[in-house]
Amino acid sequence: MSLHLTHRRSDAGLGSVGETETQSFTFGSLVLESGEVLSPVTVAYETYGSLSARRDNAILLCHALSGDAHAAGSDRATGRIGWWDSMIGPGRAFDTERYFIICSNVIGGCRGSSGPASIDPATGKPYGLDFSVVTIGDMVTAQSRLLDHLGIDRLLAVAGGSMGGMQVLEWLVSRPGRVRSAIPIATALCHSPQQIAFHEVGRQAIMADPNWKDGSYYGGPLPARGLAVARMVGHITYMSDLSMERKFGRRFRENRRPFKFTADFEVEGYLHHRGTSFVERFDANSYLYITKAMDRYDAARGGMMHKALAGSQARALVIAFRSDWLYPAHQSREIVKACKLAGLDATYCEIDSTYGHDAFLLETDEETHLITHFLENVTRGRTDNIHGS
Amino acid sequence: MAVEAKLEHRTIAGLVRPGASVLDLGCGDGTLLDLLVREKGVRAQGLERDEQAIYQCVAKGLSVVHGDIDTGLSEYGDRSFDYVIFDQSLQQVRQPDHALSEAMRVGREVIVAFPNFAYWPSRLQICLRGRTPVTQALPYAWYHTPNLHFLSIADFESFCRERSVAVLRRVCLSKARTVYALPNLRAETGIFLLARTVAPRDQLLARNRLPVPGNPQQ
Repeated sequence: MSLHLTHRRSDAGLGSVGETETQSFTFGSLVLESGEVLSPVTVAYETYGSLSARRDNAILLCHALSGDAHAAGSDRATGRIGWWDSMIGPGRAFDTERYFIICSNVIGGCRGSSGPASIDPATGKPYGLDFSVVTIGDMVTAQSRLLDHLGIDRLLAVAGGSMGGMQVLEWLVSRPGRVRSAIPIATALCHSPQQIAFHEVGRQAIMADPNWKDGSYYGGPLPARGLAVARMVGHITYMSDLSMERKFGRRFRENRRPFKFTADFEVEGYLHHRGTSFVERFDANSYLYITKAMDRYDAARGGMMHKALAGSQARALVIAFRSDWLYPAHQSREIVKACKLAGLDATYCEIDSTYGHDAFLLETDEETHLITHFLENVTRGRTDNIHGS
Repeated sequence: MAVEAKLEHRTIAGLVRPGASVLDLGCGDGTLLDLLVREKGVRAQGLERDEQAIYQCVAKGLSVVHGDIDTGLSEYGDRSFDYVIFDQSLQQVRQPDHALSEAMRVGREVIVAFPNFAYWPSRLQICLRGRTPVTQALPYAWYHTPNLHFLSIADFESFCRERSVAVLRRVCLSKARTVYALPNLRAETGIFLLARTVAPRDQLLARNRLPVPGNPQQ
């Protein structure tokens, strides 16, 4: 494959953001879409780079289902590398020498922001299923409160893949005045029945675990088997048949025990490893809340997306991946279609990747090229609306 | 950019009003759109099916959608653009008839530039050598040409007549200059500025760029 990727990269300035530390912002209360009030609310976040004097260089990154606020650099305490590290830093796509990057953990999550594992002030115990149902809209509302706290009125860009992309769309629809540009990647206006179906299998696996106990398992044994199975299903959907073929083939594991129901194949070992390691860093109830929020989301509010976008003047860069069958490219083309009809200036690229849905975290050369030039262009402030008025 | 724009692109730029909105169908690496943005200050949008060309467009700061002309055009609203351009792409779509009528719906005016199959060196190659013509404007051997349809300037004129498409301007080019006499024989490239046929009174008003009374589109 010959790539014409010509983004400017100064090798001298190219690198990681270095050590990072997750911070948190706690505020009084949040009225959720359900009408219930969450109080208090904590949002865990990280920032990289510095905010310009005019406060016009802020970019919000939205994480996917299992992500967190730690998008870049190495965590001071654990040394863990951020989930989109190769895209963030000096000279990278989200260039920290030019932009102020913010990433926060979604509410409902379990990585520092308020979620079902947080302590309910009414009882002094973890919420469990007493935690209110949260939506993608609520996640965005919490992010907007964080921006208020940071003194940022308008974002230069909001970007994210998968569930992060849904939040990007939600920003466009619910807060058009606060977004100059949007980068939804490998995402959808709403989930298809197939996407909901895979999530439901994951949820049922968790709820079928005897340790789940209607969500009140904190302090006791965790529903680890259920969550691990949910994660295994997830990982199958994140890969393509070709990427699995290349990664595992039909190779056997070492130390296998023939004629027993243990993991014979490398692919089985991989899924088991992914499942069990996920349990160490993720809360099963958060998995239920977040997957439900994704399944229920509809950016178009049951109507036509271009009408939902009517208030927006943002520029959009929409990216999809050819082998992504979980969020197939036709779902991204629906987003592009809505932008066209709403008169938004949109760029769309369907990257020829074999990695499946995982591509949005892996195809960083192509993404870097597209995002670098797109952000430069938005910064330069070419026309906001292709059709004028 | 130091490279001088080619005659065909300069000719197309000459047909475009400054500050207009333009949709370039099959925009390739964005050379024409970039020229139109720099020299005419147009609001530009490209549609292109080749992924590598998308990267080149994005590097030029252009907005471009990765997609197919045959299917991608239906997603635009009526009269979304002042101009819709087919620069060497109409002969490459599966259904030129449908694509052109869609372009006429999406654009107020349509510009079509195509290689003239009846250019005299092509005629010689067919008649005397018995070979499928390969010329500067049609540079491909039969086995790897992206062109699906072959047409002459005369073909296109009768095509427009049959569909009551108004030809507002026609510019025919040989290698380095405009051709006035016998263009179907002497021109390598035909460039047409088209509009839907409208009632004579409206046409007059449109020519003078006056708002049509009672037309909410204006």
